[in-house]
Amino acid sequence: MISFKVNAKTVSFEGDANTPLLWVLRDHLGLTGSKFACGIGQCGACTVHVDGNAQRSCILPVGAIEDRSITTIEGLAAADGGLHPVQKAWLEIDVPQCGYCQAGQIMATADLLNKHPSPSDRDIDENVTNICRCGTYVRIRNAIHRAAELAEAGE
Amino acid sequence: MNMSVNYSEISVERIDEGRRRFIVCGTTIAGSMVLGLPSIGLTEVGGDMDGERQIGFFIEINADGSVIIGTNQPEIGQGARTALPMLVAEELDVEWSKVSVRQMPLGIVKTEEGYAWKYGGQGAGGSDGLSSNWDFMREVGATARQQLIRAAAARLNVPASSCRTKPGYVLCDAPAGEIPYGDLVAEAARLDMPAESPPLKDMKDYRIVGKAQNTVDALEIVTGQSRYGIDTVEPDMRYAVIARSPYLNGSVRSFDDTEARKVDGVLDVFEIDGPALGEPYLILASGVAVVATSTWAAIKGRKALRVEWEAGPSATDNSEDFWKQNEEMLKSQGQIVVDDGEYEKAMSDADKVVSRQYQVPFVSHQPLEPQNCYAHVQENFCHVIAPTQSPSGASRAAAAVTGLARESIHIDMTRVGGGFGRRLTNDYVAEACMISQATGWPVKLQWTREDDVKNDFYRPAGLHEMHAGLDTDGKVIAWTQRLASASKYYRRPNMPDENLWQAELYSDDFPRRMVDNMRLEYFHNPIGLPRGSWRAPAHTANAFVIQSFLDEVAHESGQDPLALRLELLGEERELEYGNHGGPTFNPGRLARLITFVADRIDYGTERPDGRGVGIATHFTFGGYAAHAFEVEVSSQGELSIERIIAAIDCGFAVNPNAVEAQLQGGTIDGISTALGLEITVKDGQVQQSNFNDYPLLKIAALPSAFEAHIVPYNNIPTGVGEIGIPSSAPALTNAIFAATGIRIRRLPIGDQLKQAMAA
Repeated sequence: MISFKVNAKTVSFEGDANTPLLWVLRDHLGLTGSKFACGIGQCGACTVHVDGNAQRSCILPVGAIEDRSITTIEGLAAADGGLHPVQKAWLEIDVPQCGYCQAGQIMATADLLNKHPSPSDRDIDENVTNICRCGTYVRIRNAIHRAAELAEAGE
Repeated sequence: MNMSVNYSEISVERIDEGRRRFIVCGTTIAGSMVLGLPSIGLTEVGGDMDGERQIGFFIEINADGSVIIGTNQPEIGQGARTALPMLVAEELDVEWSKVSVRQMPLGIVKTEEGYAWKYGGQGAGGSDGLSSNWDFMREVGATARQQLIRAAAARLNVPASSCRTKPGYVLCDAPAGEIPYGDLVAEAARLDMPAESPPLKDMKDYRIVGKAQNTVDALEIVTGQSRYGIDTVEPDMRYAVIARSPYLNGSVRSFDDTEARKVDGVLDVFEIDGPALGEPYLILASGVAVVATSTWAAIKGRKALRVEWEAGPSATDNSEDFWKQNEEMLKSQGQIVVDDGEYEKAMSDADKVVSRQYQVPFVSHQPLEPQNCYAHVQENFCHVIAPTQSPSGASRAAAAVTGLARESIHIDMTRVGGGFGRRLTNDYVAEACMISQATGWPVKLQWTREDDVKNDFYRPAGLHEMHAGLDTDGKVIAWTQRLASASKYYRRPNMPDENLWQAELYSDDFPRRMVDNMRLEYFHNPIGLPRGSWRAPAHTANAFVIQSFLDEVAHESGQDPLALRLELLGEERELEYGNHGGPTFNPGRLARLITFVADRIDYGTERPDGRGVGIATHFTFGGYAAHAFEVEVSSQGELSIERIIAAIDCGFAVNPNAVEAQLQGGTIDGISTALGLEITVKDGQVQQSNFNDYPLLKIAALPSAFEAHIVPYNNIPTGVGEIGIPSSAPALTNAIFAATGIRIRRLPIGDQLKQAMAA
């Protein structure tokens, strides 16, 4: 049995330790906000935070996260429901089209802002490598800069 | 593709809506746009109506003033779920902030005259979801508003003409004359429908429509709460995947499931029959289904399968041969499908003839949400939950598999993780129904990315040969496009060979009727690869070819590419346009847009070596777009897009926020596809498998200098989902030529610049 935390709650999984974390989240824990899209770590739709760092959960075996702490899109907002600055910026700029990749984009951006609080365009290009098939990249870039402003202002 | 609305008279039908039960009284108004709705009054038969109040199918008003508006179209990211309820809310006269939106299922009803559609036509294809619902949805709102006014007038015993509305209230000239809508719904719902639909608002009074509104369910999306098809969980649901033939038109020779059945969680393994050779596709491929207790168990079980495949009749298909065959075909005489004026005479009279060939590859849709579908086939009923662009197609697919009557099949639609035309075909719905029927279980079928890349209805590939004849003044007097391609209309039901060209050459496209002597000629080159509608279907290929060739004609004849286009397009006038998006096409609107983008990018300004500007414009499904790109190419052939100006004329922008988004997204789709995307076939198998070898664009390739402009024209909205893509790629390749002198005549661009620079 593998125990770990998801969104501050301790959970356990009894199946195959090679099961990608993504499928444990989706099929076993009912957390469907993290999306399956490529299964090979290329697109980032499945991005979650493992001990605060963005990782692609579709290629992360659940056996590798024993005792680690996972945050998914469902747990990104504050416990009182207050949205994360990245989520606020995404709403303000109205980024989503189909919306399928956006949970991953938001999780990748939250990680970027932890490491680069006011990212340059180049920081964005190098660190937010998630795929958006609808091509919302213009708004993603604007929303990342806006999220940095909101975070800076403590909002 | 035309998803035209199909209304029929509805007599009496019983429907279940959760705990409520209504009789639908069909009092349709012949000839009126409100047929099918909202003229259908809903009368309560039993159950509890407290707290929920409904007028017609689309509008529910609660006592607290909150309003739920139904949306009949699938939401694939194009913004229909926001834009269509905006139309209802505007005419109903409610605050937009009080509105939430409900996705309607497929509204199929059996009548004596055949099937009818109680929510109007439903489907996302051809960019006409908005234009075809523009009157319809506004009349839904206006009719409901009028019924509320009549209910208030009756209650207060005053003439309806003395009553008006303010958002959420009827105001009558009487004591206590201000009544919230929520108080009036039950009375309004019982009133007879008016004989005529009420007048619509003057557009200058709009408070919601025409103003930028955010995506209605954006909060659910950014918090991970939005439910896509893949997120479906139903009681007792099993999970399934299919190992499909890697060979086009291949089949299962034999399989050994010993190891697969040993995988923990695997419940069943069985063969799925593929489509009959040459027949229309119900599903894409023959294969072996694995059903399990979780998605991962099903995927593991599939990996453990051993399948011997029969390679079948397409085993010798190769992309290389396909392109050689196209070249050979173009040496002969094809099917002449347009022949205006005296083409041959004009060509022989021409002072100068320019000829070029362009190659446009097969590409795949790759919506980010892989195909999936929930199905539960029971003895007399089938429930499908699908991310689909065509719920009526899903209903047909389920009926074909199960043999059930279509009224016994319920199709629920989820938010869809991208469409791009892939989900106009419902093969994955048919597969899910096959698996549920075979096992008796409720099943969610899941495709992996590899399944999606290797099994698709690909955009057709073709080799285009262009000739232009010019007189001594440089005027284009003769024009021909000769196309050898794999038609999209391959394996369509009732499709005669002589009509295959119609999916590949839109006969009334530019420069038809702008050049007197014009020919279009077609050659069909079949290959085993399935084909389908890929965002703006043939427009993406033809805009690339025509807008590239125009640049080449201009350069060859010493003319400016913008001036040549303006000369050909001419003044504003409505020309006959018989293809989808007609009935007319106004080339002056393209001239206006291309002038706009050229001005914005300082078209006439000289650029240093290695930098250049390119422009292009195209009319797509009723809407107009133009692009200008500025690029820089290094001496090693590294391409950098420096600046993008995109402009759209969609008549009237119902939701400017969504129009801008679609223009941005379409432009980027065009770039992504032109830069690196191609599906190739070797020995009857698709060679690509996932995003590692089918590399969709990432953010780093795009400049921050990206402008998307809406250029208003009139009060008639066109669709926007497909308008922004076709002129994007040729503006890019024209810019590359301006920067380097390297002409891209074969897509994708790939490493052609690096190779040319190295040479």
